[in-house]
Amino acid sequence: MKKISFHPCGNYRETYAEELAIFDTWFGRISLIVFLALLFVLAPFFLSPYLLYVLNNIGIMAIAAIGLNILIGYTGQISLGHGAFFGVGAYAGAILATRLNLPFFVCIPAAGLITAMVGMIFGIPSGRLKGLYLTIATLAGQFIIEYVLIQWESLTKGTMGITLPGPNLLGWNISGDKAFFFLIFICLVAMTWFAVNIMRSKYGRAFIAIRDNDRAAEGMGIPIFKYKLLSFAVSSFYAGFAGALWAYYMVSITTEPFNLGLSVEFIAMVIIGGMGNMPGAIFGATFITLLNELLRFATGAMMNVSWIAGMGLNMAPLREFVFGLAIVLFILIEPKGIAELWRIVRSSFRLWPFSY
Amino acid sequence: MDFFLQLLVNGVCVGLLYGISAMGFVMIFKASSVLNFAHGELLALGAFIFLSLVTWGKIPVVAAFLLTLAGCFLLGFVIERFFLRPLIGEKLIFVIMLTVGLAAMFKGLILLIWGGNLHTYPEFLPPSLEMQLGSIYIAPVYSATLVISIVFLILFGLFFKKSSQGIFMRSVADNQKAALSLGVHVRRVFALSWAIAAMVACMSGIVLGIINGVNVHDLSAIGLKVFPVVILGGLDSIGGAIIGGIIIGLLETFTGGYLSPSLRDVVPYIVLVVILMVKPYGLFGLVEIERV
Repeated sequence: MKKISFHPCGNYRETYAEELAIFDTWFGRISLIVFLALLFVLAPFFLSPYLLYVLNNIGIMAIAAIGLNILIGYTGQISLGHGAFFGVGAYAGAILATRLNLPFFVCIPAAGLITAMVGMIFGIPSGRLKGLYLTIATLAGQFIIEYVLIQWESLTKGTMGITLPGPNLLGWNISGDKAFFFLIFICLVAMTWFAVNIMRSKYGRAFIAIRDNDRAAEGMGIPIFKYKLLSFAVSSFYAGFAGALWAYYMVSITTEPFNLGLSVEFIAMVIIGGMGNMPGAIFGATFITLLNELLRFATGAMMNVSWIAGMGLNMAPLREFVFGLAIVLFILIEPKGIAELWRIVRSSFRLWPFSY
Repeated sequence: MDFFLQLLVNGVCVGLLYGISAMGFVMIFKASSVLNFAHGELLALGAFIFLSLVTWGKIPVVAAFLLTLAGCFLLGFVIERFFLRPLIGEKLIFVIMLTVGLAAMFKGLILLIWGGNLHTYPEFLPPSLEMQLGSIYIAPVYSATLVISIVFLILFGLFFKKSSQGIFMRSVADNQKAALSLGVHVRRVFALSWAIAAMVACMSGIVLGIINGVNVHDLSAIGLKVFPVVILGGLDSIGGAIIGGIIIGLLETFTGGYLSPSLRDVVPYIVLVVILMVKPYGLFGLVEIERV
């Protein structure tokens, strides 16, 4: 069935390998390659600097969202601490780069590994707790990490923040939105590829088994605690990796952005994108980042409209309201997220004109 | 010694406040096992409605208080009907994220209408409530809090023990399926528990507003501090919420007084992690042993 057909209209799989394949047909594979090629060739040269900045942010957030999706969507463990893990990654990267003068291609993965260890510490409660108790434990983790980042001044410079050196690859200085676009999106593609393939391995199947029924998984001989910790580690690795990338991109970092609000945004990305769906995390990151930018733009524009400004209303909180509304509406109307909408759109093309 | 006693009294007062803030939270959890992340915003909403009625509407305090309570009761119904009911039986993360989304919506609305500044109520408590025990001073608001929280505890105790609705709520909390098969209207119980919880939340919001002034950010932060309180007391125990509140309040004031003021706000969460590791069902919570 690996012909250049649009999409199979039934389940024609005969072997286990076909069942495991990422792409059903060559059509999907080729369209992805074409899309990536167009993205890498066109985006950095035709987009305005602002749009490129937004795109880069989407890329970084998507890496973190993919990681959180492994934890929430595939393993079924809810973490409210990913904003803080992202911060740990950013600080780890910044400290390694400034104190030890390590090159960026060492710093970023190392920051990921450090965050993975921190994530495992906060994953330990998952050995005894599940469901909402674990959620509350990670909430506590968020506050404790935030406190440590602010108070451990000898290491993090507290509220002063840290300024990072520009990343340097074989004498080529990576700076500016265009260069970062390549760095970020190459990382994103690699991390997505890695995540998709984890899910096809023994580890991914163990994660899914734990999500679907933890008791049955234990009964089938999956050491649950070990795999839960592993899931926390992988997911925090992604968050830390994204955090370190973000720190390099932003040049200077403070503790402020890594609050509970960021954690909520990450979960919103996973839910709005579609839980347990890899492209979903990227859709979700795109949606939330674009929504944030649009709302910033809209509230800014509304401030300039004379009668609204004349009423003395501050329109900035409207952002928070719309953000909450988006989460609520997606949960109530399409809990499977944008990935499901995308699937519906694709299948209606396939069935057209004889849909049933 | 005086410093110690003053800290002790302050701790108990702050703790009682946490306790009554947590009561509404526990109520929702008890009836429908929903973890309400919008609790702090419900507190703030109650405080702000009362503020508008008293300062802009010039309504007498008692009438305004009752009006606010009634309004929040209705609001609780509306929230349950439109947002929580479609999610009955859904996955935990959807329910949690829905309340998180609601929290963001409410916070945005409050900021839009009232702004992020600190507001204060006009002075209306009789100064006779002020207490001076030896060298320890108790502000009138704190004694009022003490009275209000004891009154509400007794009222709730009676409600759950004597009234039929209260007994229905307990039965649903105990075993939803058994209650359903015995003819308890479970959906009505859910609606009622949200309504009562919203009412309690708004009442505690008003009390908090009297003491600290009304500010969205502070009140929603208290909504998060409810978590250590209820975990310590046991997620489904109203009495436990009060005792958990007092313990957390004492811990906070003593850390603030003797160790460092910046540690004050994190101590509850450190305690929270420790309790979750050692005794996840809290001091008075129902123990459901499930180890996987």
